This record gives sequence, C-alpha cells and structure tokens, in this order.
Amino acid sequence: MYRYDHYDQQIVDERVAQFRDQTRRYLAGELSEDEYRPLRLQNGVYIQRHAPMLRVAIPYGLLSSRQLRKLAHIARTYDKGYGHFTTRQNIQFNWPALEHVPEILAELATVQMHAIQTSGNCIRNITSDPFAGVAGDEQIDPRPWCEVLRQWSTFHPEFAYLPRKFKIAVNGALEDRAVIRAHDIGLELRRDAGGEIGFRVLVGGGLGRTPIIGEEVAEFVPWQHILSYCEAVLRVYNRHGRRDNLYKARIKILVKSMGIAAFRAEVEAEWAHLKDGPATLTAAEVARVATHFVDPARDSLPAVDAGFERHQAGNKAFAAWVSRNVRAHKQAGYAIVALSTKHKAVAPGDATAEQMEHVADWADEYSLGELRVTHEQNLVLADVRQSDLFALWEKARAAGLATPNIGLVTDIIACPGGDFCNLANAKSIPIANAIQARFDDLDYLHDIGDIEINISGCMNACGHHHVGHIGILGVDKNGQEFYQVTIGGSQGNDTTLGKVIGPSFSAADMPEVIERLIATYITERHADERFLDTVRRIGAEPFKRSVYADRLTPKRVANA
Amino acid sequence: MPELIQNGQIVQDDWTFVTLADDQTAASVELPPGRLVVPLTVWFARRDELAGRPDATLGVWLAPDDDPAEIARDLSHFAVIAVHFPKFADGRGYSIATLLRTRFGYRGELRAFGDVLRDQFNYLVRCGFDALQPADGRYSREQLQAAVASIGDFSQPYQHSAAVASPLFQRTERGATV
Repeated sequence: MYRYDHYDQQIVDERVAQFRDQTRRYLAGELSEDEYRPLRLQNGVYIQRHAPMLRVAIPYGLLSSRQLRKLAHIARTYDKGYGHFTTRQNIQFNWPALEHVPEILAELATVQMHAIQTSGNCIRNITSDPFAGVAGDEQIDPRPWCEVLRQWSTFHPEFAYLPRKFKIAVNGALEDRAVIRAHDIGLELRRDAGGEIGFRVLVGGGLGRTPIIGEEVAEFVPWQHILSYCEAVLRVYNRHGRRDNLYKARIKILVKSMGIAAFRAEVEAEWAHLKDGPATLTAAEVARVATHFVDPARDSLPAVDAGFERHQAGNKAFAAWVSRNVRAHKQAGYAIVALSTKHKAVAPGDATAEQMEHVADWADEYSLGELRVTHEQNLVLADVRQSDLFALWEKARAAGLATPNIGLVTDIIACPGGDFCNLANAKSIPIANAIQARFDDLDYLHDIGDIEINISGCMNACGHHHVGHIGILGVDKNGQEFYQVTIGGSQGNDTTLGKVIGPSFSAADMPEVIERLIATYITERHADERFLDTVRRIGAEPFKRSVYADRLTPKRVANA
Repeated sequence: MPELIQNGQIVQDDWTFVTLADDQTAASVELPPGRLVVPLTVWFARRDELAGRPDATLGVWLAPDDDPAEIARDLSHFAVIAVHFPKFADGRGYSIATLLRTRFGYRGELRAFGDVLRDQFNYLVRCGFDALQPADGRYSREQLQAAVASIGDFSQPYQHSAAVASPLFQRTERGATV
C-alpha cells in the first residue's frame, strides 16, 4: 500500500497543528460555532446525539495492521472500546471528547492516517473496489489512481467550500464493486483501442433524498488529463451548483437541471483551458505511486490445497463459511477472506478494540500485513493461502468474526441511525439486529442465498437503502418511528433504485415483513434465481399481497 | 480606517467601497473622489466616466454570482479587484480568483472582503488573493497579527493553483520516506 514520503507526512502534520489551534480558539471563544463547524467537519468531527463523532479516513479502504492497531488503541483510549466501519470504507468513533480530537489526530498522523475531508462540503474520501489488486476480473488496478486523486483532492484550495459534499469512486474491474453509478463522479478505468489507459467518467449519481443514477459525461479521458478533467467538473459545479437550498445543492441536481448535454458542453469548454496545463499527470509520478501497489511476491501454489479440501469435506461449519466468506483470488492457491462484522448482537460495522487487534495479528500472520474495509462494512484479508484458511477460520470464530453470512439476509448494511446520529428519523441498528435474530437458522439463510438488505435511518441514505434488494428507510411521523420498504434495488453494473411497496411499518413489524418478502421469494423462485431476479421477473405485486395480507397494520405516513 | 493584510503585511485600507443601497441605482449613485472600488453594475453603467479617473484610483468588486469573464477585457482599468464573500462558506470566490489570475491574466491587487476569516487564508492566497480583508471589527489588532501566520498553514501543497505554479510532483523530488 502507499507509504507517505516526507511531503505527505508534513502535510498531515501541518493539518494537525492547524486543527489544534482552531480547536483551541473555538474553546477560547475566538471562533464562533458557525465559523468552527466547517473546520471540524473537514476534520471528521460531527456533534452527535451523545458526544462528538470522529470519522477517520481509510483511503479507498486500505489499512495496514499497524494502522488498525492504532485504531484499536484510539477506541480503547479515547472511546468506549469499539469503532464503527462505515459504508464509505471509513471508521467512526462515537464517543471521543472534542478536546481530545487534536490529540487523536496527532496519534493518527504517526501511522500515516488522518480525518481529512471525511465530512463537510468538500471532496470526500475516495472509495474503490475492496478487492483491488487481487480480483480475477480486474482490468486495471484502481489503487494508484485513487492515491493520485487523494493527493490532488487533499486541501485543494479552490474546492474546499463547495455547495455540498462531493464523492468520487473508482472501479477497475469488470464487476463494479465501488457503486460508481451512485457517486458525484464515478470513474471507470478502461483502455482505448491503442491500449492506453483512461477513464470513463460518470457524473451526478447519488442516493440521498433525490436518488439518481450517474450519467456518462465523458466516454474516455486519457489518464494524463484526469485531474484537469475533474477540475473542470468541479469548477462548473462550484460556480453554478445551487447554494440556496441544502437539498438541491448536490451536483446531481445541477446536472439534471442543465441536462447532461449542456453540462458536458460546459465542462468541455472549461476543460479546453485546463487540458495540458500544470495538472497534467506525468508517467514518472504515476509510476512513483504505482510502485506502492505492485504485486507482492506470492508463492507458486497448486490451484487447490489438499488440506483445505479435506477440512471442507470434514467440517460443515467451515465449509459453510468458505462458501460465503471466501472468494477466489487471482493467483492460484490464494484466497480473499471476508470477516463479517454482522451478528444479531452487534451493530453492523462495529468492531471492538480486541477484534481489531486480532484482525491486525491475522493480517500479519496470513495476509501480508494489510486488510481492506468494504462498503458493506466488513473487513477483508485479501492475500490468504488456502492452506491457512482453516487456522484463520478457527481464530476468527473464537473472536466472533466468522459469521458465515457474506451476501446473505443477515449481512445487513446499516447506518448508525437514531441511536447515534442527529439527522436520523429512526433507529437502524435495532431493526438490523431484529432481522438478524429472526433469520438465525443457518441452513435457511444459505438456502435463501444472495440478498442485500440495506437500512438507512433517514433519507440521507448513508445505509444505501435505495440500492438494497430490500431497502428499509426510517421515517418519522409525529415523533414516532416508521419504516418504508423498497424492493428491487441493486448496486453494481446494473445499479437500480428500489420501488416502495406501500405504507410504512412499525419497528415491531419489520422482521415479519422481511420474513414474508423472503417467503414469497421462496415460493415463487425458479432454480438459480436470486431474490432480486425473482422480483424483476414477477414484479412487486405478489410481494405486496403477501406483506399486506392480514395482520400487519400499516401506518401511512406523510412521505410514504 | 479598516485594516487588511496585503502580501502578508497589515496595512490601512485607503480605498472606499461603493455599495448600492436599495434606493440607489448604478446610474445615479454618487461617486466620491479618491480611490474607489465600485460594484460591477456601476462599472458597466458608467464605464466612460470611471475610465477617465486618475490612474490607480479605480477598483471593481464582484459578488459571488458575477462572472469574471465580463471584465476580462477591462482589467487594465483596475488597480484593485475585490471579491465579496457574503458568507465564508460560499466558495465561489475561490473560482473567481482562480479565473482572474490564471485565465484572464490579472496581475493587480486581488482582495477578498466580507466574511473573510483566518482559517481560510491559506486557501485564499493559493487561489490568487494577495489582499485579505476580514470584516471590520472581526479581529483585534493582536488577533489580526497572529492571523498572518495562517497564510502559511500548508507549506507544500499537493496542487498547483493560481499562486503555486506547479503541483508538488513537478516542484520537488518526491519519494524520500519519512
């Protein structure tokens, strides 16, 4: 992974000093609440329901074991002993004291980490494929490009006070695992006819209260020009994006109001001035960054390890875990392992300091000292020998990180919701846990197969509910919490937005609602059909009939 | 007399800013003698009159939704161009400054005024502002003195910008580890 040079370190250290002084002036009354707010947000600090929340950046989801140990240390020293991995591959601490934040940032800087631009109306953490560099379907490794973009976007002086937040995701594989169609800018690495690398550029995607799938603004931007092209997009947005209404300020609203053709023309006109200017990337710089992401020396191993086969045959629980949590690696004899944070007793994405330290140890022992965070809020060890899988599984099981449920009903994506977040209309975590508790029969879970349930506690959609096969959105009616359900959403190459099935439900009804949706699928499915496929084939009606049949008493709410 | 920071030094402001009250129009507002910074509408309405003033006594100020391209051919008339920040979180002024410096080649004083705070000084200067004028009374003399240091918050930024000719990877030899 990328290692800081002297300049990277200096920039992060200078940021710590800057924020320390800003926080001092705020606490001394020299900075008003309004003046301090964007400063703390651009350092990841929210004021939440109980305490400040600190969101630490995990650039494109990559972590070293040393960094994870530091996160564990921070969880233990400054928080209540755990952290929450987010849907944008970051980690949040829910209980630090504001006065301690500069110190936490100083500690992070010692392991080349920071909380820069993890919130605020600026360019946020760049996200990408959690399987970058190890997936068999990868065409071009996105990580060097993510790092180049990270540096370009860090403290970009022109784009620190945009109309609204701005999210960029990069994908370099056949399958889009970075949800690039739901980002302000989605970048898809590709090659032109001559084999040169460049980017297909999507713009104006996003979830939130007006979910929109991104549209293509450029079919191919050669790699040398990707920064100037992004600058052109950002400048058009910075100058013309709406600033009068918070809810209409994202670039997707600008793109929709102008139309993609007019927006493209505006960007092209701007780019004509910037192209070939100082932002033009050089082969030397890209090569410098790319040296941090070369394939490690892996052993030449047989495609299938005999011991691994034996363990699968002899141990049903291990086999179940392998079938869900282990993916093929591009190199024979290696595997990609997902450690599930999803369990009925914990919030999706939560990990304790002890668990983090365990994972750091396993990363060192089995996976080249590195790991990844997925936007599904799980952790990934990306370079594990097949022959090590059984030992790793036994350890993970003992640490509560081996739930064999990746991609199943209980692998729920959820935002922190009303338990923590000021914006939330309703709680998310108890809903996730209630559904997980309802579906605790492992055989049934595996029989149901691939399904994605996403929960957001409000329409800001941090839990990506629009693109869940089943999406659950918390809504508020006269101070009471209700849940609106959508089906048929999906992420990836065929990103689609789910459709609302009808009136909302109380929290107590939710496990039953999900059970009926699933039961309908089980009844109607064809062989080899996922839940999503069945919904697409037969439509929403049979599902609605089942859910609204009898004893559930739906409560219609204002925006249901 | 209000104070501002000009090229890193605290100086007294000797320019008079013209703003239009609700009952005033660009055509009729009284323009006193001396060094004058007028709104864009006044420049458009009374260009001939203003262009005839003594050298180095005329400036123009832009609101966030003004288009700097509209004065691209007039730049030689202005000793000062000021960009108004009605709220510091309105970032349009950064693009206006960048365009004036990098696209239209403006070399005179470029001043940020309004809700201008020390915590944005570094970004403002990198985007080409060489004069920073916080709202009158926002900072004590002592605080303003201390605020000058914020201009240098980041000594080696990654990006090129109006005031930084090339990106870090062009300016320096990168890769030396910590």
